[in-house]
Amino acid sequence: MTIAFDEEGFLRDLSAWSTELAVEIAAAEGITLTEAHLEIITVVRDFYHQYQLSPAMRPLVKAVTLALGNDKGKSIYLMKLFPGSPAKLIAKIGGLPKPDNCL
Amino acid sequence: MSAKKSILIINQSAPYGSSNGRESLDLALTCSIFEMPVSLLFVGDGLYQLINNQSPEQLQMKKHEAMLSALPMYDIDQIYVTAEDLSENDLTENDLAMPVTLIQRDVIASLIQQNDSVLTF
Amino acid sequence: MTLHVINKTPSNLPLYHRMLNGLSAGDGILLIEDAVYAGLSAHQALFEGLPIDIKLGALEADIQARGLTHRLSPTFTLVNDKAFVQLSCEHDKVVSWY
Repeated sequence: MTIAFDEEGFLRDLSAWSTELAVEIAAAEGITLTEAHLEIITVVRDFYHQYQLSPAMRPLVKAVTLALGNDKGKSIYLMKLFPGSPAKLIAKIGGLPKPDNCL
Repeated sequence: MSAKKSILIINQSAPYGSSNGRESLDLALTCSIFEMPVSLLFVGDGLYQLINNQSPEQLQMKKHEAMLSALPMYDIDQIYVTAEDLSENDLTENDLAMPVTLIQRDVIASLIQQNDSVLTF
Repeated sequence: MTLHVINKTPSNLPLYHRMLNGLSAGDGILLIEDAVYAGLSAHQALFEGLPIDIKLGALEADIQARGLTHRLSPTFTLVNDKAFVQLSCEHDKVVSWY
């Protein structure tokens, strides 16, 4: 079975996602997935299910703060886990569409 | 440093029948990323975007009310609806997907005046 | 017998008036897409005074999508896609108002 990705590496069929697949996508991005990554991915997947949007940075920080508290709801914490562009990387590893308006 | 320009987005289209609602939402979210103050006015048919219990699975479209309810997460909480539009449709605030600020129709002119740019969808 | 299919919101009053003007006894009206908002009880004045045997329907998928399932006036029947096809066959003509 082949799993389809778009030209930027985002999963085409959102239902094809699994934690195992996330580990693979993350590895391709040079990230070794840990529990700390996964709890953020869970928050973002919940956000997507509620709002049908992949969050940009600001709502991402807000959602993480609400779910996991102030210590984790900081851009610096998210940047450490997902270096570069956290909103985009989390969506990619979490099997969600690329956030719109992503800078 | 000059202050950021404020924008008022007037929504006067029903959801699903055209892409206006989606385009307006896209614009609102983009403006919020640039930290521009954004207000949204839902007027006329635009009110229908906010009706709750939408279930567009059969149309294979995204649930519009779900995306709108994300606006506060993007720090957009100036959302206006006119009392006249609600009553002309026998609807109340309980029929809406999210908290809104109710205004009278004659306040629209001053909303337009107060904002630096106004776009309609 | 003609089936009249309309797809714009009731704020397009002239369109509704053109449709209503074209009705004959025994015809049917089907609300689809954005026209399903005309099925809200608030807009029933539009359909008052029609020849009594006009049948009123609204497309189920469009009603559900827009959150109107429990807000539709009881004078309308919910029509699914299959019933839509059937209705189109039962009437000699289908006229679209858009």
